[in-house]
Amino acid sequence: MARLRSLEELERLREEILKGRDPSRPFIAVNTRSACGLAAGSEEVAEGLREEMEKRGVEGKVELRRTGCNGFCQMEPVVTVYPSEVFYVNVKPEDVPELVEGMEKGKVVERLLFQDPLTGQRIERAPDLPFYRHQRKILLHLNGRIDPTRIEDYLAEGGYRALARALFQMSPEQVLEEVKKSGLRGRGGGGFPTGRKWETTRNAPGEPKYVIVNCDEGDPGAFMDRSLMEGNPHSVLEGLIIGAYAIGSHQGYIYVREEYPLAVQNVSIALEQAREHGLLGEDILGSGFDFDVEIHRGAGAFVSGESSALMTAIEGRVGEPRPKYIHTAVKGIHDKPSCLNNVETWANVPLIILNGAEWFRSLGTPGSPGTKIFSLVGKVNYTGLVEVPMGMTLRDIIFKVGGGIREGKRFKAVQTGGPSGGVIPEQHLDTPVDFDELTRLGSMMGSGGMIVMDEDTCMVDVARFYIHFLLEESCGKCIPCREGLRVLDRILTDLCAGKGREGDLRLLEEITEVMSKASLCALGTTAVNPVLSTMRYFRSEYEAHLRGECPARVCKALTAYHINPDRCQGCLLCLRNCPSGAIRGEREVVHVIEQERCTRCGICYATCPFGAVEKLSPPVVPEARYGVRVKKEGRK
Amino acid sequence: MEIDGRVVRAREGETVLQAARRAGVEIPTLCYDEELEPYGACRICMVEVERGGRTRTVASCCYPAEEGLKVRTDTPELRSLRKTLLELASLTGGPEKEGSRFWRMVREYGADPSRLLSRVGGREGECILCGLCVRTCASVTQDGVLAFAGRGVERSVALFPEKTEYCRVCGHCSKVCPTGKIPPEGPAGAFPSVYERAKPLSKSSI
Repeated sequence: MARLRSLEELERLREEILKGRDPSRPFIAVNTRSACGLAAGSEEVAEGLREEMEKRGVEGKVELRRTGCNGFCQMEPVVTVYPSEVFYVNVKPEDVPELVEGMEKGKVVERLLFQDPLTGQRIERAPDLPFYRHQRKILLHLNGRIDPTRIEDYLAEGGYRALARALFQMSPEQVLEEVKKSGLRGRGGGGFPTGRKWETTRNAPGEPKYVIVNCDEGDPGAFMDRSLMEGNPHSVLEGLIIGAYAIGSHQGYIYVREEYPLAVQNVSIALEQAREHGLLGEDILGSGFDFDVEIHRGAGAFVSGESSALMTAIEGRVGEPRPKYIHTAVKGIHDKPSCLNNVETWANVPLIILNGAEWFRSLGTPGSPGTKIFSLVGKVNYTGLVEVPMGMTLRDIIFKVGGGIREGKRFKAVQTGGPSGGVIPEQHLDTPVDFDELTRLGSMMGSGGMIVMDEDTCMVDVARFYIHFLLEESCGKCIPCREGLRVLDRILTDLCAGKGREGDLRLLEEITEVMSKASLCALGTTAVNPVLSTMRYFRSEYEAHLRGECPARVCKALTAYHINPDRCQGCLLCLRNCPSGAIRGEREVVHVIEQERCTRCGICYATCPFGAVEKLSPPVVPEARYGVRVKKEGRK
Repeated sequence: MEIDGRVVRAREGETVLQAARRAGVEIPTLCYDEELEPYGACRICMVEVERGGRTRTVASCCYPAEEGLKVRTDTPELRSLRKTLLELASLTGGPEKEGSRFWRMVREYGADPSRLLSRVGGREGECILCGLCVRTCASVTQDGVLAFAGRGVERSVALFPEKTEYCRVCGHCSKVCPTGKIPPEGPAGAFPSVYERAKPLSKSSI
């Protein structure tokens, strides 16, 4: 491929690509370019499709396209037939012949369609699925449609048109102004106005200036950045180049965590292709603007997502935060002005340049325009990656997009913002989601993790989980974070183990205050949020743990299993399944759990068909009586 | 700028701590050394700064001095903050060495090392990880004998045994150490080898 030397050459190439494509020709999209799809077995399905299509000789008529993920993780492997957008879920290799045959005959394979668990109805097209119906995809729109390893696919969808507009029709100042006007705020968590950050770096003294993509996504249960990087790396790259042009930078870095090998691979391919096409490197599209990008692979530290730690890592040193009262936007890599934005932030930029700030502001709320990608996980019916306009209420995200709580259980809280965020209880479900509202509730937007918890979740245990995660991820440089987390972890672990002491809650409050005031970086100052928010909304649970009781009956040390003699039918099922041989009994005789041998694994509770196994907290069980005949009237 | 109600003239590029010290205002520090780059790890030097009507608690060793800044270095809140920080530091700072800078400070702020220690337990044979010895060694030898090993709560100071050849027992590490842990004979006995400390990477909790 010869380098493109002008706007005209880019458009000519685009025309050529489009000419070779018949928009009415169907193509089948299978997600083999994202880790989630591969893990579910999409490669076998794709391979099966290829063979079957070849066997039936339809490969000329239908294209098989390997794409990134379209968000509905739970239903992978997903096969989407375009342009009709017929959506097949949980496809197995053995389903393939039927699928291809159906396609040939123009018939939909009913049994592989998504079935609405509430109505039992099969839904044919993706846009009609409840999971997609309430979403507004502007960033994820091409994920699942294009092959991220083929720049032609991106170009065919209008890719790099925004870059061309910026380079040839706008001055760097105008680009900056447009981004400022759009009100775009940093999607990595802080919500800092992106345009202002760019301006700071642009105006800061010192050369060279750097621009950086932060793809060190490390929150438990978050995979927004991963999906964008795997599924549409060119959109991130295009945003980065536009940003570099506006800021006056000629060197960029993409910091990707090593744990995302597929993201590294796909973005490497994207860089290579962009270079070949003259979209990266010297004299981009003949505009005279030079810019190139290097990939820096992170070595697996959560703290490296913090801007100063990330930049220290790029310099080749241990990724530890630096004291920064001067922003990295002014003094970053090698003390030079460095503008760091999250993956999703960069991906928004081409859209703003192409469609204008006004259009962007028409989405979302006045304070937080645009959309936000969330990884919606936990106890919701539909888990996956969702993109919704800012300002949608938590209730709508969880109950409309996510389909409500699994198994008809009660909603308890939703955790947003990852380890630096907090939990939000039911009374705030009607809060519109934006940066400021979530902060007001004691949580934060974070990068967009959203973990839904049901009634069977212990809030002290949740706090313990996050604090332990942070304890392992703290770099250990400053005293309040390192030692403070040690204290919090010890107390929370003790509380969950029934070893809480008087004064523990006061101590938690004291330490969290010191940490939030005095820690060196945001990991430490926000690490207290999981504790503070659970204490704020669920203080009674903390008090119960001090009394030796776990209201959600989760903490093992505070819970006992007991077989209700009125309900037990003596079926031997729990007895056979108990891994520690702790259940005694015989057919038609009430089974009894020997508490000393019970490890509280909960298998009996899950297997009993009569609901006879009960969880008790505090762990006080009625005295065991052996040899009692079962009561038959309890039987259903 | 104003420090504790006094007008102080700071030099270009100075930090609040430097300006305060030149004006004779004492702000306590543990990890600071005027010969080295500010490190910002001990957080003992936290002060309140007021700027544009907004008050923040910041580390004075890193915060740039600036015109119009109002600084308070000794308020009841700061004293209480430092006290808790010292108690946190003493979780790993023991056993007590009479007369050392750190332990004098613990007394001065009325910190009770046993308060947190009795609740969560300490870590034997450790130090407060102020990094003064590591950083001083690196600046004196160009190729530090001392280093940090481990991350987070497992962080500790360790030494490269093969580099102890260069270690002329210059005594700098011993002099700068605020806990009195490093004897004047050099660091060899005070810290383990980095190779002993280096462990295979632990699995993430996820």
